[in-house]
Amino acid sequence: MSDLQDLYQEVILDHNRRPHNFRVIDPASAKQEGYNPLCGDRLTLYLTVRDGVITDAAFQGSGCAISKASASLMTDAVKGRTVDEARALFDRFHEMITSAPGSPLPDLGKLAVLAGVRDFPTRVKCAGLAWHTLKAAVSEHGADPVSTE
Amino acid sequence: MTMATATSFDVAAIRADFPILGASVHGKPLVYLDNAATTQKPRVVLDALTDYYTSSNANVHRGVHYLSGRATDLYEDARASIARFLGAAEARELIFTRNATEGINLVAQAWGRANVRAGDEILISALEHHSNIVPWYMLCAEKGASLRVIPMFDNGELDMEAFVRLLSPRTRLVAISALSNALGTITPVAEIIRLAHAAGALVLVDGAQAAYHMPVDVRALDCDFFVVTGHKLYGPTGIGVLYGKAALLEAMPPWMGGGDMIASVTFERCTWNVIPNKFEAGTPDIAGAIGLGVAVRYLGGIGMERIQAHERELLAYGTAALAEVEGLRIIGTAPHKASILSFVMDGVHPHDLGTIVDREGVAIRTGQHCAQPVMDRLGIPATARASLAMYNTREEIDALVAALHTARKVFG
Repeated sequence: MSDLQDLYQEVILDHNRRPHNFRVIDPASAKQEGYNPLCGDRLTLYLTVRDGVITDAAFQGSGCAISKASASLMTDAVKGRTVDEARALFDRFHEMITSAPGSPLPDLGKLAVLAGVRDFPTRVKCAGLAWHTLKAAVSEHGADPVSTE
Repeated sequence: MTMATATSFDVAAIRADFPILGASVHGKPLVYLDNAATTQKPRVVLDALTDYYTSSNANVHRGVHYLSGRATDLYEDARASIARFLGAAEARELIFTRNATEGINLVAQAWGRANVRAGDEILISALEHHSNIVPWYMLCAEKGASLRVIPMFDNGELDMEAFVRLLSPRTRLVAISALSNALGTITPVAEIIRLAHAAGALVLVDGAQAAYHMPVDVRALDCDFFVVTGHKLYGPTGIGVLYGKAALLEAMPPWMGGGDMIASVTFERCTWNVIPNKFEAGTPDIAGAIGLGVAVRYLGGIGMERIQAHERELLAYGTAALAEVEGLRIIGTAPHKASILSFVMDGVHPHDLGTIVDREGVAIRTGQHCAQPVMDRLGIPATARASLAMYNTREEIDALVAALHTARKVFG
């Protein structure tokens, strides 16, 4: 049970039950679909970008607690950041969830609650879906649906 | 029901034949309920693989030396055993493939490309696994033919009246699963075959799931093609079988070219070997075929009717036990079902269920089960699936239910 509680921390369960920014932005500067064909998780990420700064971020979709909580926390985390900062945050988040169990964790503030995922390799894609979708949304050629496979 | 069946079927003895069933996972005894994905292997199969490589390894159909003859005999004995297991008239009607998927692709490519034309129709069902959708989709796209789909009801049963309406002189082939991997529905294949034949269409039966749950008799069914995969039949991975009526296989052009499938080769002209060799280009998975032969002989020794009776009893017990779990809904409630229990739980995504029960040692599948159209049809993103095999027990279902209560607790 103990490592399960590391994965399903109360914060994650809260974000799953009441995800933040769970809405549509219309019109959005960027709209990006993300899909995990293995489990069927789907989300649509919406961003408002002004002068290189993400002023609003929201998502819709269905998925497991990990993927929903990750999208909820991510949309909170990127608001107010520049696109370049969001890309850098993707790299650090990705590093955190794929790092070796027991290794030192980067300081990622509230996002650190998802660090438990690294002990569950089969769930890394769940936590990563929103982030891969973000990366595609802020890339030069967004628009094509992104898949975790 | 069936106390007599329950007592006459010695599950403990069968479990003792499967080394992996004694394993622990996360410090808990393994409860393996993911048999629709792959079944575990009895020791006789594992020993057959080792024995083959330690005492008989050589290439088949090639050498004059002793070992090559021995390997060829073992390989062909396996084909004969599988032919008997499936009720085929002749062993040469069985083509070794990598899996059921390859068997379907073989028919789509070899038979389909020679026989399907623009305007023709291929009929599949709403229950199909991706492997019995995509090869036909590809064939239809290439030929300008249409892929038509037999609809299903909300309980996972096929709409047979709609099937009858869909059949027409344009229908060239009906490709149908005998047993849905996602929902457990047993489809009325005998009736489908009779109706399709009356309409002049051929029938391919995807038996990947059916073959380990129930007796199969391809001659009694009168199906034209039947595919199975070895790894769900308690055999090795990497080996499967396509059954086809001899006359059909003989009339079909080859699919893959290479060694063993030819009668003669010059740069100007190649001629083809007889069946089954015509469809077995290159060195096959000899050990896998031998292992699968041993697996079906092992199953024959137990008896598929007895296995089916035991699994029916497990299905009834499991259905009742899951129904007691708060917020749980079984997906797939067709009257004719095999021991596959797909379900969703209010407020807990199947993927989270899978992770939580895994920590209790319980292995289930979660997701779309390679059947995205089934999920879309039912309006759900995914299910959790417990698929029961001959070695599973009531106690293991109890362990699943206990683990689901843990999941309920984690999610509050």
